[in-house]
Amino acid sequence: MLSTNKSEIRLHGINVSPGICIGKAYLVGKEGVDVVDKYFITKDNLQNEIKRFKSAVKRAKDKLQEIIETTPEELRHHIHILETHKVLYKDKMLYGKAIETIEKELVNAEWALKKVVSNVKNMFRNMPDPYLQGRMSDIVHISESIMQNLVGAKTLDIGAIGKRVILVAVDLSPAETSQIQLEKIKGLITDLGGKTSHTGIIARSLEIPAVLGLEKATHLIKNDDIIIVDGTAGIVIVHPTDKTLIQFEERQSNYERHKAVITRNSHLPAKTTDGIKLEVMGNIELPEEVVSVIKYGGDGIGLYRTEFQYLSQNDFPDEHDLFDNYKDIVEVMAPLPVTIRTLDVSGDKMVSYASNLDEKNPVLGLRGIRYCLKNPDVFKTQLRALLRASAFGPIRILLPMISCHDEVLAAKKILNKAADSLDKEGILFNDHIEIGIMIEVPSAAIMADVMAKDVDFFSIGTNDLIQYSLAVDRVNRQVAHLYQPLNPAIIRMIKYVADIAKNNDVDVCICGEMASDPVNIPILLGLGISKLSMNPQSIPAIKKIIRSLDAKDAALFVKDVLKETSETGIMELLLGTYNSTLFELGYTEP
Amino acid sequence: MNNSTNKLSRHVTITNDLGLHARSAAKIANLVKNVKSNVWIVKDGKKADASSIIEILTLVCPKGSLITLTIDDQSDLGILNDLVQLIESGFGE
Repeated sequence: MLSTNKSEIRLHGINVSPGICIGKAYLVGKEGVDVVDKYFITKDNLQNEIKRFKSAVKRAKDKLQEIIETTPEELRHHIHILETHKVLYKDKMLYGKAIETIEKELVNAEWALKKVVSNVKNMFRNMPDPYLQGRMSDIVHISESIMQNLVGAKTLDIGAIGKRVILVAVDLSPAETSQIQLEKIKGLITDLGGKTSHTGIIARSLEIPAVLGLEKATHLIKNDDIIIVDGTAGIVIVHPTDKTLIQFEERQSNYERHKAVITRNSHLPAKTTDGIKLEVMGNIELPEEVVSVIKYGGDGIGLYRTEFQYLSQNDFPDEHDLFDNYKDIVEVMAPLPVTIRTLDVSGDKMVSYASNLDEKNPVLGLRGIRYCLKNPDVFKTQLRALLRASAFGPIRILLPMISCHDEVLAAKKILNKAADSLDKEGILFNDHIEIGIMIEVPSAAIMADVMAKDVDFFSIGTNDLIQYSLAVDRVNRQVAHLYQPLNPAIIRMIKYVADIAKNNDVDVCICGEMASDPVNIPILLGLGISKLSMNPQSIPAIKKIIRSLDAKDAALFVKDVLKETSETGIMELLLGTYNSTLFELGYTEP
Repeated sequence: MNNSTNKLSRHVTITNDLGLHARSAAKIANLVKNVKSNVWIVKDGKKADASSIIEILTLVCPKGSLITLTIDDQSDLGILNDLVQLIESGFGE
């Protein structure tokens, strides 16, 4: 804990998941959570290090040979995979290159192996053939077994992983983030990523403090450094002084207390002071999160993203698996509604087996409904599963990435086919199931009056709507400051959609990050939005602020907001009118 | 024989249904384990070391691909011929 010999460093990043934690840093190799240390070796030790690597490979290979020999006769047809693995151990791209890396860079064998495997992975990732892409897993298996043998010799390091640490990484992919084990991780920080990146979403749902977009964290922080992560303010402090430590320990306990107070009242309805009741629902990605939504007093599931079931497997999930999953969620939530979004394969959540394309611009590419309409079998399987689950509770189907009216019609046609096929098989489903569309592409917002005739509800996905309307890549730090939920163009667009929805008796819900930031609530309320959906942890705070607002006042306030011409102007107006409310809740800087 | 640099090559078409996948690549890599010099597989101008499964896979050779096998040293001629036979026989699949 002595930090006197190193000076304190403060890093500023993007605050993606609130809370404060203090602990030891744990550097993650770019590839994942199976943490690998990097250290340099001396020239004198070079031969020993190479020998250590070679003997680890030999042990791994011998072990595999043993497995092959003891495999029972009836399983012999599986052995050719293992025989291939055996040859792979000595593959020059792996074995040769790793030794070469140890020699050239004078690094430890673990790090050399990690680096080489990561290069090979990149080679495979760009392959056009899904089978070949799949071979990556063979290489991963091999390298992991070598790694185990390498690390196994040094039990002390494994002991260190046993403690709860703070993950420090360049970036984490969705698949990697989903492997995070709570009992081992207190918080996480990365060089890349932003507020709406997948890592941020996961960190919030796991309720661990996280700061992303720190740019140089992995360069400045070493394993076992003491660091403080303030996910509320977006600050990371390396080598804190004793004074700083005490200050943040206090901040930490204040935060926990504050959170406990808000959570205690989370089951009270979100009713404004003049008696307007809003529905505050939860966004989820995993069935387990249903529990959080209930715990935090959510009024239903406003958005269930269904990609995870597709991401976690090597092939498309079958109808039965999907049905089981949807049915579970609906049964747990009933009688509250569950809105399930159909598969939205997108740029940052690529499903490798579902993508044969090398898209230069995936966010403008084959994603959401576009993918599903091109792959009607995949789509129909999901729709059948959704329809079947609708017999067990109030499910609403939500179509992502709608950019024109024809897509709505085409999707409904496939839905009707799915319904007909179930009918013929005598399988029960709700034939009045509600269908809605995501309003996240500006063209869909502009055509909202036409869309309204064919759907039961709109769900405004503010993350993408802002990104597409303002032409800002929210992950790109160079332009991230232009990503403004309170840009007047965005507010006008939401108003336009909300007004049309009202006139056509179509339900409307805001389901992007915008809904989970208390600052935006007076405006959304004033625009007449009565349904919000957000990450479950934000529900109590949002309900609390709604309970302190007056809907009529908010409507008048929005009239002034609509006269403003810049985001800054709107923000000033907002803080001028609502600062005391927001400050009381601890959301603005004192 | 065919040129002054002491190189030898053969053209072969991949005939097995799965193409040069992991298992067939492993068979190739196993066969060239004891060569004196290098054995190369060339497809569309891209070159892979036949002793490396990973390199072979990165060539992406489905059924019907035309590949060229090249050896650097004449004493590996026997292995080159074995290799041609292995590929032409469809890896005995």
